[in-house]
Amino acid sequence: MIRAGGAMTARSRGGRSPAFEVERIRQDFPVLGEKIRGKPLVYLDNAATSQKPHVVIDTIRQFLSTYNSNVHRGVHQLSERATEAYEQARTRVQGFINAAESREIIFVRGTTEAINLVAQSYGRTHIGTGDEIVISAMEHHSNIVPWQILCEQTGAVLRVVPINDDGEMLLDEYVTLLTPRTRLVAVAHVSNALGTINPVREVIRLARRQGVPVLVDGAQAVPHLKVDVRELDCDFYAFSGHKVFGPTGIGVLYGRARLLEAMPPYQGGGDMIKSVTFAKTVYNDLPFKFEAGTPHIGGVIGLGAALDYLDGVGLDRVTAYEDELLVHATEALSAIPGVRIIGTAKEKASVVSFVVDGVHAHDIGTVLDHEGIAIRAGHHCAMPVMQRFGVPATARASLAFYNTREEVDALVRGIHKVIEMFV
Amino acid sequence: MDDFYREFILDHYKRPRNFGTLEDPDVTHEEDNPLCGDRIRIDLKLREGHVADVRFTGQGCAISQAAASLLTEKIKGASLERVRGFSKEEMLEILGVPLSPIRLKCGLLALKVLKTGLYGLQRWPGEEG
Repeated sequence: MIRAGGAMTARSRGGRSPAFEVERIRQDFPVLGEKIRGKPLVYLDNAATSQKPHVVIDTIRQFLSTYNSNVHRGVHQLSERATEAYEQARTRVQGFINAAESREIIFVRGTTEAINLVAQSYGRTHIGTGDEIVISAMEHHSNIVPWQILCEQTGAVLRVVPINDDGEMLLDEYVTLLTPRTRLVAVAHVSNALGTINPVREVIRLARRQGVPVLVDGAQAVPHLKVDVRELDCDFYAFSGHKVFGPTGIGVLYGRARLLEAMPPYQGGGDMIKSVTFAKTVYNDLPFKFEAGTPHIGGVIGLGAALDYLDGVGLDRVTAYEDELLVHATEALSAIPGVRIIGTAKEKASVVSFVVDGVHAHDIGTVLDHEGIAIRAGHHCAMPVMQRFGVPATARASLAFYNTREEVDALVRGIHKVIEMFV
Repeated sequence: MDDFYREFILDHYKRPRNFGTLEDPDVTHEEDNPLCGDRIRIDLKLREGHVADVRFTGQGCAISQAAASLLTEKIKGASLERVRGFSKEEMLEILGVPLSPIRLKCGLLALKVLKTGLYGLQRWPGEEG
């Protein structure tokens, strides 16, 4: 992240030595060797989804080819192995985000399902007519629409914390929106469209001071920053496997055990029950109460491998290296006449959203694609952010620790080409 | 790249023909494609079953704006019968670039605006059924 005045954090200093060997790390990601239209792939769409290291691919392959079976009910050896690997991955996730207990880790399809789970299970039992839910103006649609649905169902009201022209949440406004009617706060840890790192610790402290629980959408934070849910003191934390170098279709909801225990199931089915009769069904304990049906076993095991891999690289070093890339990208893009960066918060993750005068984002995306450069062009599932900045769409380059300065330079050359063509 | 943003597409994007609005138009219609943020407005003056004059304004990607410019050239002075028969295929042929499913709507937005303005068409060209 970039900090005001360029002050280095302890984290950044830690990243200085030993040198970050990006070329060696790139060897771990087979897709990075691909060619697009005869040109080397420059993959700068990591906020949409990240690439997968060999170890994740191999772990899933090994599960499918040597011990594929269902979990939690088989008496045979394969099922025992699968169950063990599945539950080990849960413990792995617990350690990765420093949750107090493994039963606080619920496997879901992704961040979107995690937020919907909280909205429908916690929300429908704890939020009623006239109650208020506070979100920010920079949320992804997946942290807006589930609350709108809940509001329609219950008569609750959505309150939105505004942001400034740099894309930073206005904490003063937030404080005034916390009222005796506030029942929940739901905010992004890192904005997918702007890159802003929100002051979630402060957001949580202010809410919890008056007993309001907080959900943090961590989809864009977990790949870039060390997350400690107990240090944050959040009540719910959601993230997706595929953005953190694991497979698609798997995600995590962390919830404080006390809250999860008091919540009704989200979906009914197998695995989430202790006993079923037509007269009465007894629900299973945490975390199984929220994992109805056969889970994405290979996805969970693959996610565990991805987190192991990320730990091996070292998140502190990842953060420091990405900071350097972000500074370079921000300086290089700002220097191009006609380019305007959208999202200039003091604290940012390695996401650069930008517009080019006289050129639509889709045309930028198409020209760059012809150069082998993959970026995202559009509204990034954050239409209110586009409206806030008065643009129909932006182009977005989002960097991971396997990206290089040379790739950023290729992006810059590509944008010069765009301007030559269209302006 | 040359096969996508051909010279005439870029030319129509940078120097759109019939760009602007008409005073007291017989038909005016505007639509956007919220997924891309493309927007097109078309104004028409009709006389004796013909398009006497046409103007468009809008903003969006090169394909959407060039398509609008090219379309106005084709229909200016044409009979309404001719305009009614103007098909999706004809529009794509004029553009002459292979459009991915996502970009297809960029290429067809102008035609949709034209037909919706004239006939209250509710669907995308080619999907009228």
